[in-house]
Amino acid sequence: MAEPILRLEHVTKSFDNTPVLCGIDLEVQPGEFITLLGSSGCGKTTTLRIIAGLETPDSGRVVLEGRDMTNVPPEKRDVNTVFQSYALFPHMTVAANIGYSLKIRRRPKAEIAQAVEEALHLVQLEGYGDRMPSELSGGQRQRVAIARAIVNRPRVLLLDEPLGALDLQLRRQMQVELKRLQKKLGITFIYITHDQEEALNMSDRIAVMRGGQFEQIGTPAEVYDRPKTDYVARFVGTANILHGVIESAENHVLQVRAEGGCVPSLCCGCGKQPGDSVTLAVRSEHIEFCEEGGIPAVVREKSFAGGMLRIALTLGDGSELVASRHGIDIDLEPGQPVRITWRAECAVPVEEASE
Amino acid sequence: MKQRRSLWLMLVPLYVFTLVFVAGPLVYMFILSFETRAETWGVVQEFTLDNYKNIFQPVYLQTFAESFRLAITSTILITLIGYPFGYFMAKLSDAWKKRLMLLLMIPFWTNSLIRLYGWMIVFRANGVLDKLLMALGVIDTPLKLLYTYPAVVVGMVYALLQFMILAVYSSCEKLDRSLIEAARDLGASPAKAFFTVTLKLTMPGLLSGIILTFIPSMGLFFIADILGGNKIVLVGSLIQDQLLKAHNQPFAAALAVVLMLLTTLMISLYKRVTHSSELEGLL
Amino acid sequence: MKRKFRFSSVYLALVLFLIYLPIVLVVVYSFNESKISSVWDGFSLKWYEELFADAALFEALWNSIVLGVASSCAAAVIGTLGAVGFTRVKTRTKGVMEYLSMLPMMTPEIILAMVFMAFFSLLGLPFGMTTLIIAHTAFCVPYIYMLVKARLVGLDPSLAEAARDLGAGEIRVFFDITLPLIAPAIASGMLLSFAMSFDDVIISLFVTGVGVNTLPIKVYTALKTGVTPEINALCTLMLAVTILLVVISGAVGRMRGGAQQTQEGKQ
Repeated sequence: MAEPILRLEHVTKSFDNTPVLCGIDLEVQPGEFITLLGSSGCGKTTTLRIIAGLETPDSGRVVLEGRDMTNVPPEKRDVNTVFQSYALFPHMTVAANIGYSLKIRRRPKAEIAQAVEEALHLVQLEGYGDRMPSELSGGQRQRVAIARAIVNRPRVLLLDEPLGALDLQLRRQMQVELKRLQKKLGITFIYITHDQEEALNMSDRIAVMRGGQFEQIGTPAEVYDRPKTDYVARFVGTANILHGVIESAENHVLQVRAEGGCVPSLCCGCGKQPGDSVTLAVRSEHIEFCEEGGIPAVVREKSFAGGMLRIALTLGDGSELVASRHGIDIDLEPGQPVRITWRAECAVPVEEASE
Repeated sequence: MKQRRSLWLMLVPLYVFTLVFVAGPLVYMFILSFETRAETWGVVQEFTLDNYKNIFQPVYLQTFAESFRLAITSTILITLIGYPFGYFMAKLSDAWKKRLMLLLMIPFWTNSLIRLYGWMIVFRANGVLDKLLMALGVIDTPLKLLYTYPAVVVGMVYALLQFMILAVYSSCEKLDRSLIEAARDLGASPAKAFFTVTLKLTMPGLLSGIILTFIPSMGLFFIADILGGNKIVLVGSLIQDQLLKAHNQPFAAALAVVLMLLTTLMISLYKRVTHSSELEGLL
Repeated sequence: MKRKFRFSSVYLALVLFLIYLPIVLVVVYSFNESKISSVWDGFSLKWYEELFADAALFEALWNSIVLGVASSCAAAVIGTLGAVGFTRVKTRTKGVMEYLSMLPMMTPEIILAMVFMAFFSLLGLPFGMTTLIIAHTAFCVPYIYMLVKARLVGLDPSLAEAARDLGAGEIRVFFDITLPLIAPAIASGMLLSFAMSFDDVIISLFVTGVGVNTLPIKVYTALKTGVTPEINALCTLMLAVTILLVVISGAVGRMRGGAQQTQEGKQ
């Protein structure tokens, strides 16, 4: 692996004695698109602000390309931010907004004009240079904010929920464009969102945050298919959580006794022994219906959601699972008893995080 | 941390100016009010309570009473005239609100002496008012209102009315009209809805207007001077006389301290009652 | 509903009429040929001619303008820096200092007049333009401070952060971002301050020195002793200046409104 472009070393931060970051560590590789994913208040924005230099950590270090930046003011960092509110200067034209960082660096006028044109071209806003921000639509402002942040070709670009204010359609379109832009420029993106779908679509790696700590850092596939904790499993792609006791462990396949039945699970080096209690995460699309074996359940209700048949099931102890199937061919009626199971590789043992 | 120090520099002018030229004079006034007046001119640094005792002389107590009477009369009239004005104004369309605001701002920005002078023309013996009333046959002889108590009241009301209007207006603006509709919907008569909902919710504006008119009306001595001749002596006039004519600085300071205490008391009461930190509609 | 609306309109019109009546009378009588304001002797401009020949009045006018400009500028610097500074620096003295600097607005003018007079004589400052400017600055600071503070509260804090993020230091941010955005508030605060200073009688009367007259002092003395329609003419001219100021501040207000729209549009 190459030298990381950014390293956070055990960074902590409290506001008014309330801890917001509880010692986080993170390494970001050059050219990487990494997403900090979490619900509001998990500390993701604070992390971003500390990287940008807008907050100073209480302890820990921020290392950018091998240089300690912890106490360097934001203007001296080769890092730019796309703010959630866009923060376009309302008294400057689009061109002046984009050229601001170059003007501060006292570049010649012609060079600034050319760089602004290029940036406008990159975000497909040619000819908008003379407009005022107030004359633009939300999507256009978003593009100006991005253009302003990349015109100086920073080493790292920070994006704080940049698409949060846009409607769904525009958001999908911008996701594609942002990804394209990142590939083209080769700039490292650190992206914040609370939208797991956005994170899965765009990122090279996802860092799921909760309560000022990282729950799991990994590729979208890892986070989705191999969630480390029940929180990650639930937050990313809403998985079912099941508690049980290990009956046997052979060839990395566990047989878990739970709710009056027995289901399999894959376990590579999880170090679990028969008799240990275990928490399993299973995606709803992986739940299968079977004639015998598995766990007994009762169909509670069914509904259509996003082209999928969604079946709510009640287990013996009253807890609920959700299964989703493609197609509508399954004739299940509410109240009907069924048996459910899944393939071993579809269930993952997860750590249960303390609330 | 060097940055912080440069930021502190921004505050230096405010700190220095306020401490030297606002806090300084006020502290000095307080000290002065306990000092002794020199035989002929100036002040002797000798502690005394005489200045405060002095206030209780009937002559000065009467001045306070007179001031209060005028301030209360003016404030009541201002409330009666200004509240409906602010209330109706808040009900207008946006375009008319803007026009009316402009119309209110012009006199507000006009020199108050000019406006007082206009009333002199009105009230003068055989002036505009007398002529009008005589032409209408209401009176036979001129009223000669200038240099009388009513003229001073009119001057006070006139000079301070805008403060009330703006305070009430800003409070009525914020009022959610659907609350009144809800009250009506629940069976309240228009009058009942007004007293139980509108008046209650616009109380901060009203109270702020009362303070903004009551406090200055005790000190605006030049209105009493110009429209009341020298017949009506207010606390303000008294302080002016003690300072400019009698050269009794300590006594003037004691009077000012008392007036200041009354003012502070009213404002802190306002804050206590309305739970707000600033007066409504001040700017 | 219709009838109620009509009543309120009549009421508003009536009160406005009474507010404008004395002002209109002053203007009308400034064109009166007669010296006595109760008699109308026909249209004349002679009082304006006399006014323009009166050097003392012009000196007073000049003094008032110098005083107004100087104190509103001084107040603008003190108030603006203070308001901006308090948003950046956290200090325990903030509450007390804010209260103290707002005091002149809450204090009856007569008290301010008296404390300034007593304090200036204690310091041994020569009464005159200097003392006038200090006293006027003191009661102008609160207006600037409050207007600028209100504007700052409405500003998106990420604007300044964005500028720093793009490479601007603290000082650069102040001049490039903060100052242009609060400029309308400073401008209307200065206009208000100028108007207040230009209008003030009580404080000026106490802190001015021998031979330094401001326009309001001059008018006040004239009203107390004997009025000639020359004063009417002067008042009419002052009124014209006032209306001009209101129009300017209206234009500034529109600019401010425009900037606010930008803010809102962003949400």
